[in-house]
Amino acid sequence: MDSLGWVAVSSIVSAGLCIAIGAIGPALGEGRALAQALSALAQQPDEANTITRTLFVGLAMVESTAIYCFVVAMILIFANPFWQHFLGQSAGG
Amino acid sequence: MELSPDSIILWQTGFAKLNITIVLTWLNMLLLTVGSVLVTRRLRDDGKLSRWQNLLEVLVSGIEQQIADMGLSPPREFLPFLGTLFVFVLFANLLAVVPGYRPPTGSLSTTAALAISVFVAVPWWGIRRRGLRGFFGLYIQPSIFMLPFNILGELSRTLALAVRLFGNIMSGSMIAGILLSVTPLFFPVVMQLLGLITGVIQAYIFAILAAVYIAAAAKVQLVREGAGQGGSHG
Repeated sequence: MDSLGWVAVSSIVSAGLCIAIGAIGPALGEGRALAQALSALAQQPDEANTITRTLFVGLAMVESTAIYCFVVAMILIFANPFWQHFLGQSAGG
Repeated sequence: MELSPDSIILWQTGFAKLNITIVLTWLNMLLLTVGSVLVTRRLRDDGKLSRWQNLLEVLVSGIEQQIADMGLSPPREFLPFLGTLFVFVLFANLLAVVPGYRPPTGSLSTTAALAISVFVAVPWWGIRRRGLRGFFGLYIQPSIFMLPFNILGELSRTLALAVRLFGNIMSGSMIAGILLSVTPLFFPVVMQLLGLITGVIQAYIFAILAAVYIAAAAKVQLVREGAGQGGSHG
């Protein structure tokens, strides 16, 4: 397999791995946060506004790690810098 | 399959390109501005509100209430900036139901611009409220060794602010595009609805996080006024 093939295979495999592994952590974390927020809401319905707002802010923070993984996967598949490099090389060589 | 609407060039002359992101951003601004001007030209307070004035009042007072809840006082001072962020991002995301519309927030350029405005707004209010020494003293809390980490945190949270909005909206439109090419009519509609929810939540999160960052810099005492309905907690 030539270098272009290796770039393609490794990009696709690592994009899949990136999104798969990168979704596990945030999912677990967000699930725990949500469970805690629900029990807090059950205990103190008066504080619903504060709890909900803090929950959303926290979820956004956790979410961003998953989004980073997603963006990296997207870059690997759709905007891979090595593609251009090797394509230019093979065209030039 | 392109990552962002930036690559759709509508008009080009020399080095200046007019892509669809810019056009739709300006259309969005035009819609919000002209709509607000039209509604606020004939304000009345004798109880016979027009429905549009009612809508605007609900929006403005709701945002103001949220800002007051964050402990930013007086809320009026922060309302223009934070409210504009929220409303702009909200409409940019919600108009995605219009056919042919590409959300400008699905482009990293737009979200980076919004995040940079937040990045500038934080020291602006921080220095105005605390003074120079007070604001830059934040960076050496709790000790001087934390200085690089505080600066890194400042930069990375701005990056996160931009990439979060971009990633969410871009993924929404991209998933819609992929599904349209794979599945029949019904399922993409469901994903569109999910995308609308995501859009609203992301607009809310963007504005709230901006408020949190500004509040942390401007050192506002987080005074909890007891919520009226709950009565007093003994």
